[in-house]
Amino acid sequence: MAMSYNSKDEVDGGPPCAPGGAAKNRRPDNTAFKQQRLPAWQPILTAGTVLPTFFIIGLIFIPIGIGIFVTSNNIREIEIDYTGIDPSSPCNKCLSRNVTPCICTINFTLEQSFEGNVFMYYGLSNFYQNHRRYVKSRDDSQLNGDPTALLNPSKECEPYRRNEDKPIAPCGAIANSMFNDTLELFLVVNGSFSTAIPLKKKGIAWWTDKNVKFRNPPGEGPLQERFKDTTKPVNWVKPVYLLDSDQDNNGFINEDFIVWMRTAALPTFRKLYRIIERKSDLHPTLPAGDYFLNIQYNYPVHSFDGRKRMILSTISWMGGKNPFLGIAYITTGSISFLLGVVLLVINHKYRNSSNTADITI
Amino acid sequence: MIDTPTSPITSGLPLFFVITVTAIKQGYEDWLRHNSDNEVNGAPVYVVRSGGLVKTRSKNIRVGDIVRIAKDEIFPADLVLLSSGRPDGSCHITTASLDGETNLKTHVAVPETAVLQSLANLDTLVAVIECQQPEADLYRFMGRMIITQQMEEIVRPLGPESLLLRGARLKNTKEIFGVAVYTGMETKMALNYKSKSQKRSAVEKSMNTFLIIYLIILISEAIISTILKYTWQTEEKWDEPWYNQKTEHQRNSSKILRFISDFLAFLVLYNFIIPISLYVTVEMQKFLGSFFIGWDLDLYHEESGQKAQVNTSDLNEELGQVEYVFTDKTGTLTENEMQFRECSINGIKYQEINGRLVSEGPTPDSSDGNLSYLSSFSHLNNLPHLTSSSSFGTSPENETELIKEHDLFFKAVSLCHTVQISNVQTDGIGDGPWQASLAPSQLEYYASSPDEKALVEAAARIGVVFIGNYEETMEVKILGKLERYKLLHILEFDSDRRRMSVIVQAPSGEKFLFAKGAESSILPTCIGGEIEKTRIHVDEFALKGLRTLCMAYRQLTSKEYEVINRRLFEARTALQHREEKLANAFQFIEKDLILLGATAVEDRLQDKVRETIEALRMAGIKVWVLTGDKRETAVSVSLSCGHFHRTMNILELINQKSDNECAEQLRQLARRITEDHVIQHGLVVDGTSLSLALREHEKLFMDVCRNCSAVLCCRMAPLQKAKVIRLIKISPEKPITLAVGDGANDVSMIQEAHVGIGIMGKEGRQAARNSDYAIARFKFLSKLLFVHGHFYYIRIATLVQYFVFQNVCFITPQFLYQFYCLFSQQTLYDSVYLTLYNICFTSLPILIYSLLEQHINPHVLQNKPTLYRDISKNRQLSMTNFLYWTILGFSHAFIFFFGSYFLMGKDISLLGNGQMFGNWTFGTLVFTVMLITVTVKMALETHFWTWINHFVTWGSIIFYFVFSLFYGGILWPFSDSQNMYYVFFQLLASGSVWFAIILMVVICLLLDIVKKVFDRHFHPTNTEKAQLTETNSSIKCLDSMCCFSEGETACASVGRMLERVIGRCSPTHVSRLWSASDPFYTNDRSILTLSTMDSSTC
Repeated sequence: MAMSYNSKDEVDGGPPCAPGGAAKNRRPDNTAFKQQRLPAWQPILTAGTVLPTFFIIGLIFIPIGIGIFVTSNNIREIEIDYTGIDPSSPCNKCLSRNVTPCICTINFTLEQSFEGNVFMYYGLSNFYQNHRRYVKSRDDSQLNGDPTALLNPSKECEPYRRNEDKPIAPCGAIANSMFNDTLELFLVVNGSFSTAIPLKKKGIAWWTDKNVKFRNPPGEGPLQERFKDTTKPVNWVKPVYLLDSDQDNNGFINEDFIVWMRTAALPTFRKLYRIIERKSDLHPTLPAGDYFLNIQYNYPVHSFDGRKRMILSTISWMGGKNPFLGIAYITTGSISFLLGVVLLVINHKYRNSSNTADITI
Repeated sequence: MIDTPTSPITSGLPLFFVITVTAIKQGYEDWLRHNSDNEVNGAPVYVVRSGGLVKTRSKNIRVGDIVRIAKDEIFPADLVLLSSGRPDGSCHITTASLDGETNLKTHVAVPETAVLQSLANLDTLVAVIECQQPEADLYRFMGRMIITQQMEEIVRPLGPESLLLRGARLKNTKEIFGVAVYTGMETKMALNYKSKSQKRSAVEKSMNTFLIIYLIILISEAIISTILKYTWQTEEKWDEPWYNQKTEHQRNSSKILRFISDFLAFLVLYNFIIPISLYVTVEMQKFLGSFFIGWDLDLYHEESGQKAQVNTSDLNEELGQVEYVFTDKTGTLTENEMQFRECSINGIKYQEINGRLVSEGPTPDSSDGNLSYLSSFSHLNNLPHLTSSSSFGTSPENETELIKEHDLFFKAVSLCHTVQISNVQTDGIGDGPWQASLAPSQLEYYASSPDEKALVEAAARIGVVFIGNYEETMEVKILGKLERYKLLHILEFDSDRRRMSVIVQAPSGEKFLFAKGAESSILPTCIGGEIEKTRIHVDEFALKGLRTLCMAYRQLTSKEYEVINRRLFEARTALQHREEKLANAFQFIEKDLILLGATAVEDRLQDKVRETIEALRMAGIKVWVLTGDKRETAVSVSLSCGHFHRTMNILELINQKSDNECAEQLRQLARRITEDHVIQHGLVVDGTSLSLALREHEKLFMDVCRNCSAVLCCRMAPLQKAKVIRLIKISPEKPITLAVGDGANDVSMIQEAHVGIGIMGKEGRQAARNSDYAIARFKFLSKLLFVHGHFYYIRIATLVQYFVFQNVCFITPQFLYQFYCLFSQQTLYDSVYLTLYNICFTSLPILIYSLLEQHINPHVLQNKPTLYRDISKNRQLSMTNFLYWTILGFSHAFIFFFGSYFLMGKDISLLGNGQMFGNWTFGTLVFTVMLITVTVKMALETHFWTWINHFVTWGSIIFYFVFSLFYGGILWPFSDSQNMYYVFFQLLASGSVWFAIILMVVICLLLDIVKKVFDRHFHPTNTEKAQLTETNSSIKCLDSMCCFSEGETACASVGRMLERVIGRCSPTHVSRLWSASDPFYTNDRSILTLSTMDSSTC
């Protein structure tokens, strides 16, 4: 700090005047703060003080871990890869793009019945939804129904911003690459006879996304009218206003679309596809038995070694089947308990030496 | 255009914040400076223009303007005095604001101009002033005035005595006229406050090292990422899959450009690993933290009303790192409050007892010891014959002879000085021998040197009272009889000659030269008097630790005086080599002296110097005393202040004349030390031997010094002091040095040392001004170092380490994430979190910690100086510690990232309704875990939990949650992306996430706790042991939250009530007993403390 001369120095530099009133004022205040004497709790981490903590952590974590582990184990989950890489797979034929539309059927068996609501996911692997170019290739204003953004999408959407001189709605790489396989689930009842399982497509997207974040362009007329002067994404077959016949699930607020627009964190991901609602308490939602999955195979993943899966899963309060959390809790709890024991031994054994050790001067 | 992974705002905002905070701080200081500048620049002054007084602003003064200054005004420029309100053209000024000397200084005008006391007269003046280029030295000015009077040119020399310095204040003089010779930045004052060289602390140096290491980590992370990115991109399916096409522009840009831009993009992505806000936090910490030193009552000196003063806050932590203390003796170890004790007149030693001189030495007829009064003069005066029983015979001849000797001696004492008389009472009585009317007891002397003051005062007590100087006359009242001596010349004191003299004309017309100075400079020039006896006496005085001065005189014949006068005039008017010529002239004049005697003045040791030095030594600090005093005095003071022990083997390296001799002596000393390493050694070196030793045998000398537990350097010139420090500084161990001093002669050493401490003593404020810290007493050093230094060091060391740690935690997950997103530079966290992490979420707990932390009771620190050794050599910031924190940071980052990865990345729904999270939720989870961990880690480091700590620690976490809920709860208008919309709500809606957060935080901290506990158990430092034994704090966590500072706030009562409910409050809660401290350091604090502690504890 540069030394500075100011008029105050003059006062300080003056002759040390008699200890009168002026000198008294210079006395620092005797407050707890200024004297650094604020009342304070002074914890010290010693073997003695942390010992109980270790035991407590052990004692709490192990039961929690077991609880979570059991909960997770009770969740039923089945995963079916329908990419068709294996030549024997029924979907193998669909790998070449010649056959359109390509429909294939995969049979599978549920060993155990699925109770409660069953959630149907599709899963993709090696699909980098988290690539930066991809993540930012969207226009949230457009998706929120902003009329100007609808006709003039954000530059971030390049190269999926305009097509044939018309703005793309919805623009961007994410929307353009929307998953478009159709999955249908059938229960084989008597060897050959089968019933379709009703799949609910509402409630798969976050409520706030569906109701606040995503909005169709304003206007009174039919959706097609509101989307006029825009064009469909290059890879799409139908324009956005034809995604669903239900007007509450059409256009930008189509839930399949919204789900897709929430980019996944990692290259292997699942997205919620449909919900199979529990019908009654008496019957399991999906009883054990043979099922087959009807796939309208549109989505190409072969070019980037991708995989497509269909997952059926029940859900607990803590989500899907994930043994990790339970195991981690049990492990941490055990280690903590073990450390507690070790510390106890050490503390006991060395107590004398550490306590009597004088502070050498 | 280069595509950045984060928006410029994201990275720019923290930088902007840092710059803003710094700018505000600097701006505030600048504003203050500006204000005071304005005050000075805009001050009204009266300038003589075309025969009239014109009022203008001081900034309008040009060189050559004649300025009128009234009494008690400050000079706005360096002025050459033309005339004053007094007929003799003299004026008094005080230069307290320049060099701190509080005495009045007399400045005189050239006689030709002194008569020009009115505007009309001034208008007739035709003169040219020639002077040297502006120079910073306050005490040097050379010039001449060529006055044209009646067609004839008169040349007059101008010296410092006619220059009135800007910043000084006019005293006791109605008004003066002066010509501005230097203005603005050319004034000596302005030249003197050019900023000092910046001192950097050891912590700052290691901080810079750490930052460089982090820069390397940053660059290597960026390089790794770039290379891996291109490895991946060789395959088109990863580079540009069908779902994620590039734009034309991206495809066409050149490869090299892309490579560079990718590298830069990674740099931007990872740049947060370099904690930009570290600097601003450190700066804030230092700035705010330094207030505690000034506020400390223990560093407040009740008698003088001075509190400790912090001039630079940059060195707070350096106070905890000191390895060498260099201290001045006079005024630092001693009070610098001189008391005349003894004198030797004409070979006889006397002691002053109750204003009387009592002969000491062996008396020829000691038949009656009680009657060995040599009697005071007043005694003699009243009853001249009663002294017949004096030991020196009874004959009246003898007695008059005696009186004559004494008379001359005390006349010399009371004439040969530069003491001023305070004439506060006589203000306004500008002329006439006003002093005569005053009783001696009312006189108050002001002197730049306390020795002189003590001597003049002693002479006054004996009966030779100096009453004042009026015009060129010195008035002395000898036994009530007024005598006027015409002051012909003053041969000022300088440190090379180490003496001063005056030439006076006695009322009888005889001319005398009186000289006063160190015995080494007076005795060789003497040709008469009791030289040998006096020498013995001087040595005896010195052994008692008294400061000695010798007095001598020379009677000048008028012929001699002529010669002297001419030579002096020539030398004084010389424009070139004036100093040299003056020195020659002085040497010519000060010879053939007749010794009168010697004086011995006692300088009392300051309070608790011995204890302080002892404590410093226990703390592993080597104490060197550097003094200008002579060896005997220095050694005896050293012994009495505990610097040297009686048990110490004292080695000497003195009076070395030649190089070889010196080297031989050094080798001998080194041998003696190695032979005898059980006993402690002390070394005495004198200035001349030191300069020899330093010239050729630095290494040898340093070896000897390092093996000595105490070193005393005497007869040191100011620059030598600085040189010794410099030598120690650059020695291989690079120790941290601290210099303490109080006088202008210590300034160079104070500035040279790593930490300069000024003692606000009697020798002006120059040292205090040039120091980094100024304290009132030497004993305060122990609290300053052992408590403040220790605390500041711990605080700042933890601050630096923690910052490094928290940024590693912050950015490593981002780096790891690149492995999962094809190195596409996708950020893991939302940009707002990136921006606010350092600014808002984590800044306060660490700042508060670094201001308030007390890892151990300050009393313990002060009573156990050995604890200071625990932090020596920058231990907390050693590479091992740095590595530990870094590794801890990385391991924590791995835990956050992979914990979240295993939890979420295995593409499992975590919500009870089966819905999925996306990448932003993932990042937010990592961020949340990290933020909590980092904050709680800070909490683990904190040993001193006041309510403020509780507030900011838990407040930060709560703030994060509240902020995130708010931030995620709104669709932000004017924002391109709504990535975070409801992400945080959804995250918190998941039960697994809560469990995962708890789990990860616990795992992270468990690692650290285990390490801490084991460390403490197996290798406890002394500080840690002391923590255990001494800090039996009974304030509980809950209490500390509720105990607000003054113990009167509502919360405290709530806390008390709460406690009563829980049943924890017991009277024993009144915590640490401060009063139960050791005997050395119980000062007023214990009482004060206890009273507040009572009221503030719950």
